[in-house]
Amino acid sequence: MTPKMDLASQTAADAPVNASSAALGVSDRIDAMFAERKVAHARNRVIVSLLLRLLVYLGALLTAGVLAFIVGYILVMGVPYLTPSLFEWEYTSENVSLMPALVNTLIMAGLSLAMAVPLGVGSAIYLVEYAPRGSRFVGIVRTTTETLQGIPSIIYGLFGMLFFVTALHWNLSLLAGACTLAIMILPVIMRTSEEALLAVPDAYREGGFGLGAGRLRTVFRCVLPSAVPGILGGVILGLGRVVGEVAALLFTAGSIAQIPGFATEGLAAVFDSTRTLAVHMYVLASEGLHINETYATAVVLLVLVVLLNMLATFAARKMKKGNRDD
Amino acid sequence: MANLSIKEGVAKAFFMVAAGVSILAVALICVFLFANGVPAIAQIGLPDFLFGTTWRPGNDVYGILPMIVGSVYVTAGAMIVGVPTGILCAIFLSRFASGRVARVLKPGVELLAGIPSVVYGFFGLVIIVPFIRATAPVGNGLSLLAAAIILGIMILPTIITVAQSSLDAVPRKYYEGALALGADHERATFRVLVPAAASGIVAAVVLGVGRAIGETMAVIMIAGNQPVIPESIFSGVRTMTANIVLEMGYAADLHRGALIATGVVLFVFILLITMLLNVIKRRGEVK
Amino acid sequence: MTEALVEKKASAQEVRVDGAIAYRPHVEVRHVNVGDSPVADAPAKMGVHGLDLYYKDFHALKNIELDFPQNQVTALIGPSGCGKSTLLKSLNRMNDLVEGCRIEGEITLDGKNAYRDVDINSLRRRVGMVFQQPNPFPMSVYDNIAFGPRTHGIKRREDLDQIVEQSLRDAAIWDELKDRLKKNALGLSGGQQQRLCIARALAVRPEVLLMDEATSALDPISTGKIEQLVGELKSKYTVIMVTHNMLQALRVSDKTAFFLLGEMVEAGSTDDIFTSPHDKRTEDYVSGRFG
Repeated sequence: MTPKMDLASQTAADAPVNASSAALGVSDRIDAMFAERKVAHARNRVIVSLLLRLLVYLGALLTAGVLAFIVGYILVMGVPYLTPSLFEWEYTSENVSLMPALVNTLIMAGLSLAMAVPLGVGSAIYLVEYAPRGSRFVGIVRTTTETLQGIPSIIYGLFGMLFFVTALHWNLSLLAGACTLAIMILPVIMRTSEEALLAVPDAYREGGFGLGAGRLRTVFRCVLPSAVPGILGGVILGLGRVVGEVAALLFTAGSIAQIPGFATEGLAAVFDSTRTLAVHMYVLASEGLHINETYATAVVLLVLVVLLNMLATFAARKMKKGNRDD
Repeated sequence: MANLSIKEGVAKAFFMVAAGVSILAVALICVFLFANGVPAIAQIGLPDFLFGTTWRPGNDVYGILPMIVGSVYVTAGAMIVGVPTGILCAIFLSRFASGRVARVLKPGVELLAGIPSVVYGFFGLVIIVPFIRATAPVGNGLSLLAAAIILGIMILPTIITVAQSSLDAVPRKYYEGALALGADHERATFRVLVPAAASGIVAAVVLGVGRAIGETMAVIMIAGNQPVIPESIFSGVRTMTANIVLEMGYAADLHRGALIATGVVLFVFILLITMLLNVIKRRGEVK
Repeated sequence: MTEALVEKKASAQEVRVDGAIAYRPHVEVRHVNVGDSPVADAPAKMGVHGLDLYYKDFHALKNIELDFPQNQVTALIGPSGCGKSTLLKSLNRMNDLVEGCRIEGEITLDGKNAYRDVDINSLRRRVGMVFQQPNPFPMSVYDNIAFGPRTHGIKRREDLDQIVEQSLRDAAIWDELKDRLKKNALGLSGGQQQRLCIARALAVRPEVLLMDEATSALDPISTGKIEQLVGELKSKYTVIMVTHNMLQALRVSDKTAFFLLGEMVEAGSTDDIFTSPHDKRTEDYVSGRFG
């Protein structure tokens, strides 16, 4: 049916409205509507738009202001109390040194990453490089990863307490804490690694296979290297969560302010209870006896987080650049 | 050759097992939480547990309604604070900010996401709580309001990031189409781009809800933690998360079970939110 | 902010241009030879005078001189990259969105400077546009059509109902869509989407309708429908279309302008351009020798 016929049939179909003459009438009436609105509305619209624009700016300003206020306030209050005694090797209730907690944070981070990274990257490799398309297993893995990502840290803490501490009899320990954290950051590392692998052009894979390399060799030699910055971004994100985590550690790693005795106990020290920097700060803040030192500890935490953020941005930029060069 | 294929096989098996770990983790979490929490609920009685308004572990009375209500109130308050600001900021970053401003603000938002919750809690404790104590007619400042404000700030980065990426994903042709009809930038943004990104923005809000309801440490430090249903926004409030952390250290027997059961209820809330999120995402894809 | 700036800049340059070059009346410099075509008789709805357009350092349009006669269809043809779309987009200032784009010279609507004397939003209302890719908003058919009128302050339900129906009738798609007004517009076929976009453009009562290769993404049947529609629309509107399909220009347009490498080589009545072009390059192009 051509539009011409359309128009013709339309006049017939809508007999009640006498088409051609009514159409003219309608047309004029519509013109009148526009003319009537024109002047009054133009002003209203300018005002409404201005208000909307102000609101948007306000939202951004509020966000920026809050950030600047929090960071600025903590820095101003805390930096003067970054005294040498705060960094003494031994913690006592007088010096409330954060050094042991800082070292513990590093150990905890290293241990949990050592577990989460191979698992996270490995599973991403499986999902992207090995799994058959539309596999049900992959679907389930995706769903559970999403579920894990939404679980709050206190639930991880409860689980760690019930499983690692109680069921496995690890007690409040570095290892129980690290395992709990490893599960907690696993989905973050998985997701970012998956995205990084997906971003690698298929040509790289074809290149590998074309040279007669097996799948494993292709993945490790051709695909993984160009995904490294992206994976690194995920690792740093996970690291950030480890550094700031408290709720998942209180009932899994405890809050003993000492470095585990690797020197004397050897590897068995992984079963010592430890306190990370964030936990240390929580304990200080809730005791309320060392408010200045709490500020200072907050400064150290913030600096750590900022450093990690910068690293992550750097990695992301590298990833982008790498892909653009392709 | 045989050696190589063994290597390939082992590697594949490892990767597959790694992928299976997340399934295992979810399964274990469910099993351990429910196995330890459900018996306690059974012993207390589900209605008494969920709808009981008294929490007195000394007398073996475990009603967590005040905590459920507390979590809901605090989360709702955080939404009131965080959602408008977050969405507006996302709109700003996506459609209003010049390149230079965005290059400063965007890392700022990421930093906001990276600040540990203890730092937020501490900040609330030294700034927000004293401020409320000084201005509010009642209470000592440790309050629902303080928790809502801090949580509202804490969910900002989640909302901003997710909402912005969905706004950025709206095709340019919608914007051009709106402009070609005589709409100005603001109208095109609010009446075409924002509705077009609606599913992503809703997902951002739901994610924010999930974060707020699960947040623990910041809330504990500033909410007052009284296990009663709050009477006003200046009253203290205890959330489910706080309930667990506050008492787990010394709880035993049924008390411990009741705390784990509180975790089970929280977990169910989170699962519902995750499912809701999936529904929203799928809807968005269909469109 | 940026719009205002561009506006200011443009008008400032015009003053300079106007000052530097003696007044350029509506003489159709390049039509001189086309003489007795009907084109010359119709009054110009829009006009482009001494237009130069730059994308940063790239000189995209060079000294364009062209009139668009009222109630006629003008086709802009030429190989891709010749600047025909760029010219179309400067007629309703969509080029303002392109960073680093600036123009010199004058574009007129009813004899008034379209960049200086007409508010940008009312310019875009009066000069409607249909894009290459159908771009209905992801909302209902009704809301798509009503978006424009609502933007210009028409809020009453009865008024909007009338406008929606009339616009869809004008775009010859009322019968197909009248039972689907509440359905999402993205569920329509490509051809329907494009006619919906035409209806949406008509809903704000434009005087000029710009069509930027509006059929290039469509199947032949939908293309035919839209070509027919354009023929009917010109009784009410002035239509300016960009097309890379010469046969389409021949079928639909009254006037044709041929562009090459940012220059307008020749303009005149469509019959003349296709049957007796004056420029060798035009002849080569319309006879399919390049482009």
